[in-house]
Amino acid sequence: MSLKENLHNLKEKYRGTKMAPAFNAIHTFLYLPNEVTHGGTHIKAADDLKRTMNIVIMALIPCLLFGMFNAGYQHYAAIDGSLRDNVIANFFTWDNLWIGIIKVLPLVIVSYGVGLIVEFIFAVIKGHEVEEGYLVTGMLVPLIVPIDTPLWMLAVAVVFGVVIGKEVFGGTGMNILNPALTIRAFLFFAYPTWMSGDKVWVYDAVNRTGTADAISGETILGSYAQNQEVIYSNWDKFFGFIPGSVGETSTFLILLGAAFLIFTKIGSWRIIVSTFIGASVMGLIFNGIVNADIITDSSKFYGLMSTNWWEHLMIGGLAFGAVYMATDPVTGSQTNKGKWIYGFLIGFISIMIRVFNPAYPEGVFLAILLMNVFAPTIDHYVVQGNVKKRLKRVTVKTA
Amino acid sequence: MSKDIRIKKGLDIKLIGVAEKTTTNSSLSSVYSVQPEDFHGITPKLVAKEGAEVKAGDTLFYEKSDERILFSSPVSGKVTDVIRGARRRVMAVKIAADTTQIHKDFGIKDASKMSAEEVKNHLFSSGCWPFIKQRPYDVVANPDQAPKAIFISAYATAPLAADLEYTLAGKDAELQTAITAISKLTEGKVHVSVGANSMFENLSGLEIHKVSGPHPSGNVGTQIAAIDPINKGEVVWVVTPQDLVVIGELLLTGKLNLQRTIALTGSQFEKPQYITAIAGASISDVTANNLNNDNTRVISGNVLSGKQLEIDGFLGYYDNQITAIPEGDDYEFFGWNKPVFDKISPSRALTFSWLTPNKKYDLNTNTNGEHRAFVVTGSYENVFPLDIYPMQLLKAFMIQDLDEMEALGGYEVAPEDFALTEFICVSKQPHQKIIREGLDLMRQELG
Repeated sequence: MSLKENLHNLKEKYRGTKMAPAFNAIHTFLYLPNEVTHGGTHIKAADDLKRTMNIVIMALIPCLLFGMFNAGYQHYAAIDGSLRDNVIANFFTWDNLWIGIIKVLPLVIVSYGVGLIVEFIFAVIKGHEVEEGYLVTGMLVPLIVPIDTPLWMLAVAVVFGVVIGKEVFGGTGMNILNPALTIRAFLFFAYPTWMSGDKVWVYDAVNRTGTADAISGETILGSYAQNQEVIYSNWDKFFGFIPGSVGETSTFLILLGAAFLIFTKIGSWRIIVSTFIGASVMGLIFNGIVNADIITDSSKFYGLMSTNWWEHLMIGGLAFGAVYMATDPVTGSQTNKGKWIYGFLIGFISIMIRVFNPAYPEGVFLAILLMNVFAPTIDHYVVQGNVKKRLKRVTVKTA
Repeated sequence: MSKDIRIKKGLDIKLIGVAEKTTTNSSLSSVYSVQPEDFHGITPKLVAKEGAEVKAGDTLFYEKSDERILFSSPVSGKVTDVIRGARRRVMAVKIAADTTQIHKDFGIKDASKMSAEEVKNHLFSSGCWPFIKQRPYDVVANPDQAPKAIFISAYATAPLAADLEYTLAGKDAELQTAITAISKLTEGKVHVSVGANSMFENLSGLEIHKVSGPHPSGNVGTQIAAIDPINKGEVVWVVTPQDLVVIGELLLTGKLNLQRTIALTGSQFEKPQYITAIAGASISDVTANNLNNDNTRVISGNVLSGKQLEIDGFLGYYDNQITAIPEGDDYEFFGWNKPVFDKISPSRALTFSWLTPNKKYDLNTNTNGEHRAFVVTGSYENVFPLDIYPMQLLKAFMIQDLDEMEALGGYEVAPEDFALTEFICVSKQPHQKIIREGLDLMRQELG
């Protein structure tokens, strides 16, 4: 008997039992199920949720691979600054990749392993199918955490994020907050001393603190927040040869991912574009304040306020958040008009928090979480516009 | 005056098995069946008991809440079987047809000289009233409500739909008579939507609208929304062109003749073509010697909103199309992530139907994925031309929030308007069922 028949017989055997969802999750991973339509349309389009999620994962792969090389590159470049003189030659090396393999892959494995175990447990307890939402979340999480995040911390955060961020609301499609960002926020607020500062962003910087081999792992935002100069060129920032969370440094690859998501019609171009617009507007406002001499270089906000508005788009997690996080259809705005407002406010508030938050100079994840909460409100007013138009039609008639 | 309707949002689903324009006359089936569930919302009270002899046009059953609404036998013969379901509800009335058909004589009428009341009574007594359906709720029209307009869609855009210009050819006199008669039932206009060139343009007493664009531009709901949308408290009536022919013939000849030209479509027909058949005819007779019946889904109607039939089933009362497509009850290895060339997709998620917009597909009944909660947003809007937020309306219907259902446009929709959103739904939600159940609730609670 073929694998197909064996699996089919197993599925029939375990139909209706407790473990059926767990089995089906693996079965439907291998085979598109043999379900046929009943009532309603007799044919269905080719897309399902697995395919949709798979496209997002594909768009993330370049960021992951780049992040693995960058993990090693930032480590060695922090030890020997001269490596930065010839990025091309010193970036795609086996030594760099090896650091990525021993540091980044474990993050991916823990994220997927722990998250999927939680998903399977909930599916079995609640008797629903294992849903695909975590396929994307599990990939996003390792890309938005600092490289030196301890694996146990990540595991705890993933359990929290999946249970409190998603499953208590009813699973994929029902959650209010983006699960990946819930995990990130949990890490940030539960272990603040670990998650911020200038050490955790570069592999081994934490261990070496206080020793003769100490290296710095300051991010660009961290330097600006302290009114320091940065050593990175704009091209470094654009292509991502800078310290930061694992997979969010390369604006170039993120834009490629965005192009792929928009082309495949999976990601919302409205949200992506409006987030960048919102961030640019806020950046321009700050630049204007600096140019009008309202604040001087003695202000503690001077460094980030005077950063060119277009530079803001390349540093920190803004691009990554705009393309992969804000576009989450479940937690984002659901109406097309609402998406413009939602994205704009994410960009706008991101830069605002980035500049004004004294403890931690990044605001993208907080801005997206905040707008997640307000997305239903935005949609409500957009939909009310449609409702009012309908009511007006009646009054025009009767008048 | 003609008002053109251009629809941009939508999706033409091109399938293999377009009916070739030749018509065969099907022989008389031995058994016909009239199924009350074809008339949604009707509670049938049986008149013709088992064993009764009926003529074509004799009443089989009537609507419990309005005894004027009669349902007639399509053929003459003997009632052999009354099939009842739960709580003794009549599910089907089967009639063994006589070899020579006798029609009840309703008398020849001059439509132009009839009053509105006379037209109504004539439609009641002949069993033609059920051909008039109403929006909101998409049910047989309530004769006590005055419609603000009557809408007729003579432009079919559903997948593999019968070409009305072909099936109605030569029926100009019947159509004109019927339009003259039903136009007396409304103070408003009779709107007819047509494609590029239409025989309807030569008829009088109606307002022509030229429709263009992808499906659902041919859906009457789309046209109502574009011409004169339904507001709270308003009613419009809807008649299909093939049913107008029946009404016209009734007035011209005095006979109820439910024979119509139907399209046999889909890849499982060896020779997709047109055939004449009487409503309620046995499917096995109509499709004899033509159907490849190996693991086949037979549908009375089109693939989007038609009704699934067993091979011993019967042609639906309103349908002018039978579709046969392969069942999709097989697994597909890594079907969720491999590139797809042989299925239609509104996205480009490793699906390549966007490269070949004119290719005809042989789609089967596989769901292409499992049922999930709503996740993806913004995709329904691309195939949904009404000024309504489709997902928000669906969610309001699911939670049965009557205020929201009303406010978001529940009066303006019919299940078939949500066929395309259901087709493209990534979460495989049953949109048409949600809408149907919600409309039933609205009808019950709001009237």
